[in-house]
Amino acid sequence: MSKNAQLADRKFIIGGFFILVALIYIFRLFYIQLVDDQYLKDARNNAFRHRTEYPVRGYIFDRKGKLLVMNAQSYDLWVTPNQVKDCDTIAMCEILEIDKKEFLKRMKKARQAPNSPRKESIFEKQLSPAVYAALQEKLYRFKGFDVQSRTVRKYPRPIAAHLLGYVGEVSKEKAAKDPYYREGDYIGVSGIEKSYEEALRGVKGVQIVMVDVNNKTKGRYMNGMYDTLAVPGKALFSSIDAEMQEYGEKLMHGKKGSIVAIEPSTGEILCLVSNPSYDPNLLVGGKLRAKNYAMLQMDTLNVPLFNRATQAMYPPGSIFKLIDALIGQKDGVLKTSTVYPCHSGYPPMGGKPKCHAHPACDLTHSIQQSCNSYYSYVFRSIVDQPAFPKFKDGYQHWRDAVMSFGPGTKLGYDIPYEKPGNVPSVKYYDKVFGTNGWRSNTIVSLGIGQAELTIVPIQMANVVSIIANHGYYYVPHVIKGVGTEKKLDTMYTRKHYAYVTDHQIYENVIDGMQLVVESGTARTSKIPDIVMCGKTGTAQNPHGKDHAVFVAFAPRENPKIAIACVVENSGFGGTYAAPIVSLMVEKYLKGKITRPDIEKRMMEVDIINNKNLIPTKHH
Amino acid sequence: MRRDEHKLFYGVDRITILIYALLVIMGWLNIYAAVYNEAHQSIFDTSQKYGKQLIWIGGAIALATFILIIDANFYTVFAYFFYGFLLLACIAVPFLGREVKGSRSWFRFGDFGIQPAEFMKFATNLALAKFLSNENIEVENSSRRTRLSDLIKNYKNTIFAVAILGLPLVIIKLLQDETGLAIVFMAFIITLYREGLSINFLLFGLLSALLFVLSLVMDSKTLIISLSVISLLSFVFVRRTRKNVIIVSIILAAASGVVLGTNYVYEHLEPHQKTRIDVLLGRGTVDLKKEGYNVNQAKIAIGSGGFFGKGYLQGTQTKYDFVPEQDTDFIFCTVGEEWGFLGSSIVILLELTLILRVIFMAERQRSDFSRIYGYGVASVLFFHLAVNVGMTIGLMPVIGIPLPFFSYGGSSLWSFTILLFIFIKLDANRLLILK
Ligand SMILES: [Zn+2]
Repeated sequence: MSKNAQLADRKFIIGGFFILVALIYIFRLFYIQLVDDQYLKDARNNAFRHRTEYPVRGYIFDRKGKLLVMNAQSYDLWVTPNQVKDCDTIAMCEILEIDKKEFLKRMKKARQAPNSPRKESIFEKQLSPAVYAALQEKLYRFKGFDVQSRTVRKYPRPIAAHLLGYVGEVSKEKAAKDPYYREGDYIGVSGIEKSYEEALRGVKGVQIVMVDVNNKTKGRYMNGMYDTLAVPGKALFSSIDAEMQEYGEKLMHGKKGSIVAIEPSTGEILCLVSNPSYDPNLLVGGKLRAKNYAMLQMDTLNVPLFNRATQAMYPPGSIFKLIDALIGQKDGVLKTSTVYPCHSGYPPMGGKPKCHAHPACDLTHSIQQSCNSYYSYVFRSIVDQPAFPKFKDGYQHWRDAVMSFGPGTKLGYDIPYEKPGNVPSVKYYDKVFGTNGWRSNTIVSLGIGQAELTIVPIQMANVVSIIANHGYYYVPHVIKGVGTEKKLDTMYTRKHYAYVTDHQIYENVIDGMQLVVESGTARTSKIPDIVMCGKTGTAQNPHGKDHAVFVAFAPRENPKIAIACVVENSGFGGTYAAPIVSLMVEKYLKGKITRPDIEKRMMEVDIINNKNLIPTKHH
Repeated sequence: MRRDEHKLFYGVDRITILIYALLVIMGWLNIYAAVYNEAHQSIFDTSQKYGKQLIWIGGAIALATFILIIDANFYTVFAYFFYGFLLLACIAVPFLGREVKGSRSWFRFGDFGIQPAEFMKFATNLALAKFLSNENIEVENSSRRTRLSDLIKNYKNTIFAVAILGLPLVIIKLLQDETGLAIVFMAFIITLYREGLSINFLLFGLLSALLFVLSLVMDSKTLIISLSVISLLSFVFVRRTRKNVIIVSIILAAASGVVLGTNYVYEHLEPHQKTRIDVLLGRGTVDLKKEGYNVNQAKIAIGSGGFFGKGYLQGTQTKYDFVPEQDTDFIFCTVGEEWGFLGSSIVILLELTLILRVIFMAERQRSDFSRIYGYGVASVLFFHLAVNVGMTIGLMPVIGIPLPFFSYGGSSLWSFTILLFIFIKLDANRLLILK
């Protein structure tokens, strides 16, 4: 017993040791269960699968409620690699029309990060109807494969491709930056599909599904408590008139160029034609889109993917004289009675810029005759006016005034990739000519819309819109309402004023524009019973034949449409651009064409292939 | 003597029985959760493990009752007999038993199987208690030794005791290749310590283990240099007598030997043993899809439980089979995931309370035999608890041993029940012993 008494204290050491170990374990549990949350994340990764429910993308309607863009079902083939068992590879390859090497490549891709053998990944995108039918029938034979449906875009009318844009797969960079997108998701890539992406796409829904170690579905997590429903995309109500758009595209057939029409009283874009174009249905569907896109991109002759209406920058030519006339009057250096000499050219510079033979004219007739000499004088009188002792200040003033009409600025309309055009800066000329190397006469051709001056067709239409409104514009837009409530951003309902706002100043210019159509450079384009006011122009083209330009609005009282048309390589504005505009205006205001012969001729002309050209008169 | 003496529960420690019952019930609930699936919801479905476990539990209750009925002296008298008999069974099973999943430790009866090695625990405990309680036996005689023959004579009893627990260890490891079942017999060292084994042995073991781990984690050269520096520094505190210098030198040499030996042994281990050590120590690159999978998934299951757990039958890790062997050796994962920190702490504390209760009971025994047997019970339970829970939370290497009263399996439940209830019977009998 004495021995035992001696050793009995060891019970404390033993018991203490047991307690110590238990405490260490509890502390360890405390750490991994309460402090470190990595295990919780890992457990979720293990057993939770987030199934995405894709919302229906919003439809797009024209201004009269006609459907421009809708959706169609498309089917993707998905694979979960570790569920694939005894797969009849040969049969699968036959159905998909791929070889075994490709099959193995795709399986490998599906296994590797960011994919995983236990997770689904896309094996073949947008199956053709034939492939889908063949697969559907035999799918039970291919364990681990699954067909899932998705919606793709469909265009009931093959028009307005540039304007509508297209939907494509989100880029890796975008997917990495924006948490909404995952690789493989669709996103609006151009046109209004891009600018209204957020409204159109809706909100993806997520279902949290639990799976076991073999990736077999075991039900909803918490009975779907944390699931979210997909919210369908909003419908867009466009201001585009599908009929006008279609008609404009027909008229532009065989020609390079564009037509932009705006409703001056709202800034709503009625049509935005850019030719050459393509059928928007070509850029739908995975494989098909890739193939067609490459094809369209390779056409460097016609550049069909290029949206000329918003991106092609042309020297404005004579239509720019309208802006000079407005600024000159406003600055008090030009009166309706002002007459300047013209000897087939601008006399102070030895007859440059050149002009054609015409009677001496006052302001109104200078527009009708499009006198180059007259506007050289006007330009210099603005730049060199006494209010600005230094001519560079005068030039800066002119530039600011011009830019208040839009050229050289971004208007901020709702079509992506806007190009501003260019009004050269003082700095630019200082660099080109040296600080003391230029005067107003050096740059006098700016006054007639030439030299470095460039402008985009939609800006041309906006300038006419300002004239029609006598001094203000609304930011042009193609979408006039988003969603069922047809909401419109307030930036499109705010008036923007140009430098000139005096009613009479505009009336004086409009008098000249009316004469242009009645008895001037566009007299062949007169529309019966409609007073159209316009201006022809010729955009100089150093690479070939000049581009024809015509801008107009109608009717004179309470204008309904302001329109600009550029026909590339067609020379003088009165030959093609003006008749096309007159047809568009007539179609819009009357709903019918009273001059079928002109219509027929315009549609048949194929400048691109040099067919059915109209002999040009020089004057 | 009172009349109550012959009642079944006379003197039985109710606290122990209560904890035992709690653990068995909680264990069954967790086995149900671990193998739960919608297709088989009836708890009596014997095609499912929870159904079978119910039968095992029934058997355990019968066994416990039987043990309480039998006279306590029976265990003392037949201690060596049990030991010998089960040792023979352990030797025989690889030759007579059927191979199940590559394991040669089972006797099978239809759907049910018995592992003799499980029952070897209580038999060894009985034998050890019987040997050490012999009046003339002392573990490690403390009298001064002068001659080598004295040394052997004095240590003879210790060596004999070690042999009692070493024999089943070696047989089960070598013949059945069941590391988990074999290594448990090491637990009896705690009993030996209580009965007088010098603490130096335990310290030596602990330090060796520490050195073992260090030499696997650190570079051998660095480690040996560090040890030499520590040895030199030790002379700041120890007088530099010739004797002390020799002792420190011998310790240093031995430690260096362990370091080099460890690396040698490690290099000659079998690959799966190497990876187990690698997984535990985080050595090299551990592939979480292969060798690290079990431990990682176990940690994920427990770690994702949070404070209150995910709720009964709501564990995704365990219910959806991410954790392997979640009903047997990894049953603690189900606890951790579904009952959280609260539940897993309660389980650990319950097991600990049971073990401490057993120690308390052991200390109140009048008979050496009962006390020694009690310590054996505490040691074995503790060893299982420490290794089983330790491996699921990444503090111990993966050794397949069950969590007492908790894990699925008839052999382990029965063997723990026998182990514990013999002690409860001995304890109930303590007042009748006149010593
Ligand atoms: Zn002239």
